[in-house]
Amino acid sequence: MSFLRSCFCLLPLAFLAACGAEWNDPYPATERGGNILYSAFTERPRHLDPAQSYTEDEGVFTAQIYEPPLQYHYLKRPYTLIPGSAEVVPVARLFDAAGRELPANAPAEAVARSVYEIRIKPGIRFQPHPAFALDAVGQPRYAALDAQQLAGIERLADFPETGTRELTADDFIYEIKRLAHPRVHSPIFGMMAERIVGLKDLGARLAAATAAAPAGSWLDLDRFPLAGVEKLDRYRYRITIEGKYPQFLYWLAMPFFAPVPREADRFYSQPGMAAKNLTLDWYPVGTGPYYLSENNPNSRMVLSRNPNFHGETFPCEGTPADAASGLLADCGKPLPFIDQAVFTREKEGIPYWNKFLQGYYDASGISSDSFDQAVRFSGGGEVQLTDDMRDKGIRLLTSVRASLFYMGFNLLDPVVGGLSERNRKLRQAISIAIDQEEFISIFMNGRGVPAMGPLPPGIFGYEEGLAGINPVVYDWIDGKARRKSVAEAKRLLAEAGFPNGRDAKTGEPLVVNLDTTGGGMGDKSNLDWLTRQFAKIDVQLVVRATDFNRFQEKLRKGAVQIYYLGWNADYPDPENFLFLLNGREGRLAHGGENSSNYANPEFDRLFEQMKNRDSDAERLAMIRRMVSLVRQDAPWVFGFHPKSYTLSHAWLLNRKPSEVGNNTLKYQRIDVAERARRRHEWNRPVLWPFALGAAALAALLLPAWGAYRRRERGTSAPQE
Amino acid sequence: MLAYILRRLLYAVPILIGVNVITFALFFIVNTPDDMARMQLGVKRVTAEAVAAWKSERGYDKPLFVNTAATGTGRVTDTIFFTQSARMFAGDFGRAEDGRDIGHEIQSRMGPSLAIAVPTFVLGLLASISLALLLAFFRATALDFWGVVLCVAAMSVSGLFYIIGGQFLISKVWKLVPISGYAGGLDAWKFLLLPVFIGVVSGLGASTRWYRTIFLEEIGKDYVRTARAKGLPETLILFRHVLRNAMIPILTGVVAVIPLLFMGSLLTESFFGIPGLGSYTIDAINSQDFAVVRAMVFIGSALYIVGLLLTDLSYALVDPRIRFDR
Repeated sequence: MSFLRSCFCLLPLAFLAACGAEWNDPYPATERGGNILYSAFTERPRHLDPAQSYTEDEGVFTAQIYEPPLQYHYLKRPYTLIPGSAEVVPVARLFDAAGRELPANAPAEAVARSVYEIRIKPGIRFQPHPAFALDAVGQPRYAALDAQQLAGIERLADFPETGTRELTADDFIYEIKRLAHPRVHSPIFGMMAERIVGLKDLGARLAAATAAAPAGSWLDLDRFPLAGVEKLDRYRYRITIEGKYPQFLYWLAMPFFAPVPREADRFYSQPGMAAKNLTLDWYPVGTGPYYLSENNPNSRMVLSRNPNFHGETFPCEGTPADAASGLLADCGKPLPFIDQAVFTREKEGIPYWNKFLQGYYDASGISSDSFDQAVRFSGGGEVQLTDDMRDKGIRLLTSVRASLFYMGFNLLDPVVGGLSERNRKLRQAISIAIDQEEFISIFMNGRGVPAMGPLPPGIFGYEEGLAGINPVVYDWIDGKARRKSVAEAKRLLAEAGFPNGRDAKTGEPLVVNLDTTGGGMGDKSNLDWLTRQFAKIDVQLVVRATDFNRFQEKLRKGAVQIYYLGWNADYPDPENFLFLLNGREGRLAHGGENSSNYANPEFDRLFEQMKNRDSDAERLAMIRRMVSLVRQDAPWVFGFHPKSYTLSHAWLLNRKPSEVGNNTLKYQRIDVAERARRRHEWNRPVLWPFALGAAALAALLLPAWGAYRRRERGTSAPQE
Repeated sequence: MLAYILRRLLYAVPILIGVNVITFALFFIVNTPDDMARMQLGVKRVTAEAVAAWKSERGYDKPLFVNTAATGTGRVTDTIFFTQSARMFAGDFGRAEDGRDIGHEIQSRMGPSLAIAVPTFVLGLLASISLALLLAFFRATALDFWGVVLCVAAMSVSGLFYIIGGQFLISKVWKLVPISGYAGGLDAWKFLLLPVFIGVVSGLGASTRWYRTIFLEEIGKDYVRTARAKGLPETLILFRHVLRNAMIPILTGVVAVIPLLFMGSLLTESFFGIPGLGSYTIDAINSQDFAVVRAMVFIGSALYIVGLLLTDLSYALVDPRIRFDR
């Protein structure tokens, strides 16, 4: 008993000793008061290798570590490219088939090749890394490690020595070659092989060399020339592109084109490294403002300030709203502001949300579960924070994402496909019947904007107001877009040959099939709602739920009738959305991204003209015509553009949502003292439960003890 | 006994091969190597060439079970099944489909899983046996009645409720411990208090009621009546005689579970942010990572076999009548 009593008494003391001020503080005491941003991630990033990484959750890390030649301006909208590791944004020089230089506004069909000459800033240095460590004679210190030397090494930090060196043009060229490496499996290799001169050929040569080399051995890419990429001098390199492709500049702002040092590739390819997860995919090597100092993607990932960062300053230009909200106050100050960013893995929304409310995360999204707790809609339909959130000083940032969700028709289907007037009207009727506004209200807590076409807001060609509405589905009434009536949809359906939802010739009811990956408990209400939308025009919807693999296979084989898909922009250009409807991208015929297999010759012709043009008035006219065509043909029911809602605490400053640029960490600032004060105020431990627990235990044990004593003193054991 | 152990371990080999064959067949009924490649490469801009290259590099371009194009042993060995499975029996789990070493991953995840599972298991066992003994001691009284009612009520509540309710009350309202998170080494203790406490409490109802039933069954036996007739105190009877004799049914359930503690708990680890093995298999199934699925199923099967063997061996320790000589 005395031992138990001692433990019971010591427990709170141990708490106090180990936890410091706030007992529920999940962070080590050594981090208290640090200039550290605390955030969370739900899905572990699969790839941190810049040649492989393509998803948004990976970009949260890679964009802070790697510095591609270009980046997006943090504040300006529409999104504007500015130099990153390059000195200036390169201007393409255009050449015809005979090698004659053409003017910048030359038509795309006249251009045989575009040449981008990129000059990088001198003096940029890589983060400290053991791959750069040199021995006494200037040779790589860790280039020939054996099993014995690797025995005590489990993490990158276990290497006692690190080094650095200056960034050169070779590092950019090396990374472009890595896109073609068969072991890297870069997702953009197939696409870039059609663009960068010689990349396809390099891929074939590397595949042959890899097959001939021992398994897992290092392939020195410097031994393999790439015709379309050449070094001009230490700080300049040149990329030659087939034809005219202005969107290439956007690719230069992605980590795919960030520099990767040859030393790192060689370092990580040593035998025994991969078995310890010491790979470029696990420990990136960059020149950006941060480096990955801790990588445990099951629990915690830490970005620390790169001591070798070349320096950058906070922008002094932005939108008028930025000036009003104080976003320009840090104009000209050196970046980054924050020393460290700690990302903790939170798989479940409830702990994530509660830790945000306790001040242990500096920012958070809003899940459906906590939406009502955080946000309410005013009488005018405007989004407002609840009083609880306002009292805590929490701020709400909203932005419309450069994404589109849509319901597609398979244009090869005999019932809903085809471009005849009859088929078109059937699809238009369905487009009207599906009430996207209701869907957004019921299923997304209002976090979306009904789509009027394939282009989301913020993308060149998107238009607001009357000029921007989809006249097939909406009317413009009292300054607002109003969905056409169900009666109008029924009229179109009758004209399509299905009066009252029945085939005018056979009298058979019109039945359409939706292929979806949903169908589980969570999707039932959603699918029930959709079935009711079709029922409004007397069309029967059959939901054919399947798993993801079968769904993708059906899309590839053109075996669907109706399906749901979405698209996130790679870059803010209309080409990146309109190509989804290009006939040459037809999924069945060409294995492309056009899952509806839509092929309108006029649209395709305009697309070819539009895609490589600069964003001028003529391009806008082309886009208008293309958007008008797809509205009329209705290969998609344009769904919605999701809105992202982000909450941030008062102490987190300089935040501005960006839908295409991920390298935003360097701009953010934290008022550390304010955070400490608020955390302390919000997290005072409540101690009375200890007293209550002790009293309850006593209330239980004392009578039990009495009963025990009585029983022990009794004259006989109870009868069974 | 050594011969018995060896014999049981040899039995395990065909069982493990069988489990491996079934896992392999079930996985590839649902997924094709093409599906796996597309899942790993992403759905954007993936070309047929990229899919083919991915399959070729990982050996998924071979036939599943029988390679009719090969000759001799190659008909069996030059298949996906053989190349993916054989090395597992040598303890080499290979790489996950995303390139990460599975053995390394299991090693790093096992510690946190055990840090939760072992104290929860030990404390839960102690608490439930103690409570069951208490209820058995006060059998046929109001304390026993209400104790059983409480046990039934407690076991009727979902484990998820305990987790969410515990996090809400103890971490959010009372602010006594972190809601979730994990730290290595000695710093882990403050993250373990709540999940261990909730784990113990959520398991108390069912196990206490079960152990109480076992104890009551023992208490009704002749040797207990004899002990009472000799004038032994009730506590001595319970601890020295009843508890010892009740150990066989308790061990049956308990020892088999011990090796599976390595596998972690999906719910607890997810809600408390514990980087353990609990979700590793589920994540792998979702991402169609066959390498991880087969490794985890293999380990789970092996541990289960070890658990059953330990159970059998523990019988001999607590019951002198049981011997494994023949």
